[in-house]
Amino acid sequence: MAEGLELRVRQRAPIPLDAVFACAPGELLALLGPSGSGKTTLLRIVAGLDRPADGQVRCGGARWFDAAAGVDLPPQRRRVGIVFQHYALFPHLSALENVVAALGHLPPAERRGRAARLLESMNLAGLEERRPGELSGGQQQRVAVARALARDPAVLLLDEPFSAVDQVTRRKLQRELARLREEVKIPIVLVTHDLDEARLLADRIVIVHRGATLQAGPPDEVLLRPRDADVARLVDLSNVFSGTVSGAGGGTTLRWQGTSLEVQRNPGFAPGERVDWVIPSRYVILHRRDRPSRGERENPVDGVCAQCLVLGDTVQVALEVGGEATLHFNVPVHVARRNGVEPGARLRVSLLSEGIHLMRPRSHQ
Amino acid sequence: MDWEALWLSLKLAGWTTALLIPLGILLARAIAWRRFRGRAAVEALIALPLVLPPTVLGFYLLVAFGAVSPLGRAFEAVTGDALAFSFAGLLLASLVFNLPFAIQPMQRAFAGIPADLREAAWCSGLTRWETFRRVELPLAFPGVLAAAVLTFAHTLGEFGVVLMVGGNLPGRTQTIAIAIYDRVQAFDNAAAGTMSAALVLISFVAIALIHGLSDRRGGRG
Repeated sequence: MAEGLELRVRQRAPIPLDAVFACAPGELLALLGPSGSGKTTLLRIVAGLDRPADGQVRCGGARWFDAAAGVDLPPQRRRVGIVFQHYALFPHLSALENVVAALGHLPPAERRGRAARLLESMNLAGLEERRPGELSGGQQQRVAVARALARDPAVLLLDEPFSAVDQVTRRKLQRELARLREEVKIPIVLVTHDLDEARLLADRIVIVHRGATLQAGPPDEVLLRPRDADVARLVDLSNVFSGTVSGAGGGTTLRWQGTSLEVQRNPGFAPGERVDWVIPSRYVILHRRDRPSRGERENPVDGVCAQCLVLGDTVQVALEVGGEATLHFNVPVHVARRNGVEPGARLRVSLLSEGIHLMRPRSHQ
Repeated sequence: MDWEALWLSLKLAGWTTALLIPLGILLARAIAWRRFRGRAAVEALIALPLVLPPTVLGFYLLVAFGAVSPLGRAFEAVTGDALAFSFAGLLLASLVFNLPFAIQPMQRAFAGIPADLREAAWCSGLTRWETFRRVELPLAFPGVLAAAVLTFAHTLGEFGVVLMVGGNLPGRTQTIAIAIYDRVQAFDNAAAGTMSAALVLISFVAIALIHGLSDRRGGRG
């Protein structure tokens, strides 16, 4: 990890921070969190634009910031490439000059040629003389990426780079980023609040909340097996409940709302222990009225439909179980219609045991 | 037409602009971007010449320049000349009463530059000076130009403060605005009319110049 990026910061004011993460060369790390969670601040700390009270930032084997040792390199000496949320292109300069501006480390005679090649590699050939105001949002973003790469950076930082463009352009730019990371073997840190974007692009995700990094890991692990109920809610898992582990029989079972649920994976909780648990909605299977369906016998749970929300082709169902818990899951519109899914209907679902994830309860409960 | 007075006015306006613009850029930039204690007070102080009667401002400047004031004495010790009723005193007063005209347009221009543009420049490896020269100044240029032209034109036309601080010494402190007043007092309406027309023309060209130049830059943006 000596050549990658490592960050460790801690402070109480002006905003509380307690963050640790690392990003290896060639790795794409997504800092994922709601707006105002401090993820952009962490990015700015890497770039040298913000200064934490305490901590270290190392990159490419160099020490960029070390509060204890009094090391604090200015952005000019950090070899960072950064793409700002709104790109921050110099409006009075052409696309080419924007890139040339970041090539100060080359002899003047080589700058324009190098800038032109960079723009060409970003599919911007022919647009060199356009000013940012004369480029589309997607083109501006690509100029910003070209400028960020011009310095031959030791780390590439992307601050919500897809938030200012339309859906179609976003998909296109995301594919380009996926291609780009095959070419540049440096750490890439992407700040985003978009779960799908993080899942799509990142090798690893770091969950950031209130300035703290809560959990890091591959997308599947973080999104399906959150560390605790806080992380679960941050990654949009709405089926978060409390239950008690019981060890009866062969595998682990979970006592919840008067029923026993089989659990495939138990990370080491003892029988009798209180746990939080979560099940992603895609592991909640609606039983069909007329005939048995997949997983019929697996963890059957009865409930009363409390709410049905039609969103396009799917219906979001809220199912009241045992009077106090509400399970959320989605079914296609035609399935909902065929099975009489409507408010007040009694429904039976299966909670697939492979989807049940046990978590340590939050300390304040 | 009093060519001597016109020349003196142009000289005063030129010097005022040349000195006040670089100084004003520093000040305007700081007020636009920095958050410091007493910022509101500094802004109020700079705007004061806009609302004070020129005689009040002139009176205080005259007191500050007088032979018994520390400033006046220091000036006399260095140059052997009195500050009040001299061209140097006039210039100093001119710098003060032009502060709002120079600072305010530039402050607005610098405040209009998004912070992330400067940060992008730093992260592109540009030093603070290069960032100023290649990003901030070009973007704030319409404001700087407006400040320069306003300062120049306003100095040509200033009357009250100049009369208070400079008196009416032909060739030394008699600017064109004073000369016009002087001619009218002497019932020489023809000369006053010519000089007034010259002042109107110069001012008109100056203001039209700002609008023309900022329109052209805006159109290219």
